[in-house]
Amino acid sequence: MYGVVAVYLDHAATTPLLPEVLEAYTAALAVAGNPASLHAAGRDARRMLEEAREKLAGALGCDPVEVVFTSGGTEAINTALKGIFWARTRAGASARIAASGVEHHATLDTLAWLAGREGAEVVDVAVDGDGRILPAALDAALAGGAAVATAIWANNEVGTVSDIPALAAVAAFHGVPLHVDAVQALGAVPVDFRGSGAAALSVSAHKIGGPVGVGALIVGRRTAADPLLHGGGQQRGIRSGTQDVAGAVAFALAATLAVERRGAAAARTSALRDRLIRGVLEAIPDAVLRGALAGPERLPGNAHFTFAGCDGDSLLFLLDTAEIAVSTGAACAAGVAELSHVLLAMGVDEAHARGALRFTFGASTTEADVDAVLRALPDAVARARRAARRA
Amino acid sequence: MRVLAAMSGGVDSAVAAARAVEAGHDVVGVHLALSRMPGTLRTGSRGCCTIEDAMDARRAADRLGIPFYVWDFSERFAEDVVDDFVAEYAAGRTPNPCMRCNERIKFAALLERALELGFDALCTGHYATVVTAVDGTRELHRASAEAKDQSYVLGVLTADQLAHALFPLGATPSKALVRAEAEARGLAVAKKPDSHDICFISDGDTRGWLDERIDFAPGDIVDGAGALVGRHDGALAYTVGQRRGLKIGTPAPDGRPRFVLEVRPVTNQVVVGPREALAITELAGARHTWTGPLGFDPAVAFSCDVQIRAHSDPEPATARLLDGELVITPDAPLFGVAPGQTAVLYRGTRVLGQCTIDRTVSAVPARVGA
Repeated sequence: MYGVVAVYLDHAATTPLLPEVLEAYTAALAVAGNPASLHAAGRDARRMLEEAREKLAGALGCDPVEVVFTSGGTEAINTALKGIFWARTRAGASARIAASGVEHHATLDTLAWLAGREGAEVVDVAVDGDGRILPAALDAALAGGAAVATAIWANNEVGTVSDIPALAAVAAFHGVPLHVDAVQALGAVPVDFRGSGAAALSVSAHKIGGPVGVGALIVGRRTAADPLLHGGGQQRGIRSGTQDVAGAVAFALAATLAVERRGAAAARTSALRDRLIRGVLEAIPDAVLRGALAGPERLPGNAHFTFAGCDGDSLLFLLDTAEIAVSTGAACAAGVAELSHVLLAMGVDEAHARGALRFTFGASTTEADVDAVLRALPDAVARARRAARRA
Repeated sequence: MRVLAAMSGGVDSAVAAARAVEAGHDVVGVHLALSRMPGTLRTGSRGCCTIEDAMDARRAADRLGIPFYVWDFSERFAEDVVDDFVAEYAAGRTPNPCMRCNERIKFAALLERALELGFDALCTGHYATVVTAVDGTRELHRASAEAKDQSYVLGVLTADQLAHALFPLGATPSKALVRAEAEARGLAVAKKPDSHDICFISDGDTRGWLDERIDFAPGDIVDGAGALVGRHDGALAYTVGQRRGLKIGTPAPDGRPRFVLEVRPVTNQVVVGPREALAITELAGARHTWTGPLGFDPAVAFSCDVQIRAHSDPEPATARLLDGELVITPDAPLFGVAPGQTAVLYRGTRVLGQCTIDRTVSAVPARVGA
């Protein structure tokens, strides 16, 4: 399923298509018809699309009209941050944007662009040593007003789950819309748009067994967002462009299955994850588990460690050689692992941040996978450490 | 052997890796990210620092069916090569950054990491040959392709490094054959232009690049007697032996062209004089290395050839190690020798070793020659 890799522990990067989803996806791909067309073929496509929208809305706890399908998480986040910033500042709101330092690059780079090109002022929301976004810090950041605030529900690197309802309550108190990046949270923690208090929420299909190239931005009915893409005016005019019926069908099914299976999957993966954490800390005493302790404040399928004195590059190489696929954190264009901005924002020093490894579990993960890591890792850490010392 | 192939994204390193694979080695490709802020696309003929070059290397590795990684050496490169390059210029010397990169990055930081990670050898696309002598010692020799020979920039390698170096292109008679082979192997880089100039100066404008990093101040151009003959925009931008770009108002008394004889960073002066004042009868440097056991005592004067630039001719010379300094006396005076350059010693095709030139002795002292 993953090429030559025997042990795939990088589900935060992407997940395999669920067989049911693959079947529904390919079936929907075979149906011709533009959902905006008025004839029968168009109506059929439209019906499939709207059923998918309703299904996804059901899975996410929002109204169908609040679902804006996108090409993925990155587009959803861009649309939310730029769109709400533009709409709000046009209506006279402050040009400030509140965000933590542990947000995904899709958020941080969008904010940097808004700061450089659109006059936004980005206000940092402090996190604690586990990467938790602090409601008190958001309260302080919003004291002077803001166009929009944004928070990552579950961190993609260290797996820490922030208290979104508490953050949303703070934002609501200040009258500032909160966008939530729920890309990693969906399927792993209970995600309920209405209950969360968020004004907008971004999700992606391929992190939960759906196809790459499909995502959604949930835009609350009281939230205004200017479009990035102009054209036919589809999806409340927020996202023009012929709608991807098959992608919507596949995403809706994947989200439904992920939500249905969440409890059982979380119990299973967190047990495996805990086995890995125990084993690593036992075998490598100076390994440091990063992020929140295992429990409701940590993604069930995430284990993240730093090994001081190692290069993440070397660790990844050695594990790859042992046919174990892991990640050092977030990948970048040239394929170079840079120091994690998440770890640095959490106050982790450079020597530790350099030697970061993230293990993320999914439906296909087994005990044998965990044991393979526990067999290979101690030697890999020792070797990587020698390599770093010599170089 | 487990071989780590350094792949720049160019045709040479791609074919070298292909040959290592074909020789039956277990090969892994690695591209070194050397720039902190890599450009997206390659410009002109500079090849090694852009994301496009990394992609070219990755696609070559795909074609060869070998694993491929990008390793970040940008910090080491900035400290050991780029900062060194600037510091050398600031000291009025003429550095060779490719040599520094081989000495401190490719065959030091990279090789050491490779060995610790379980590799036996590092493969590069350099045109040079490693010959194993009867007693098992490894000797570094010139490549068969004389025009492409890169043994000069490998002159900094020591026996330990050479023991783990693999240069599969060394015996190839010409670059054209390497390109043809790349074509035949379906490597997309077959027609990629050769890289030259300094990889980290993306537009090739060394002076402009240095301008942003060195405080160039206008100063005097003087002759050997100390007489003012012109003004310059920054002494450190000049290289010993340079003739062009000297904006001298006062012509030489004899009307003959004048050359840069010396760059004086402390007084910000450029000293000029006639060509014969560039003639160097002795050069010496304390920072020296040998490529392996010499089989003779270098403290006793020995005959050799000395080469002072990557593409200059080797010149017959006598050398000896004296008080920790490698002192080289060319049979005939050498021209265009600048402190900071590397003098590589050869015997026949074999590279014996090298030193970074600290000082030179002129046949005609500048003060007299002017």
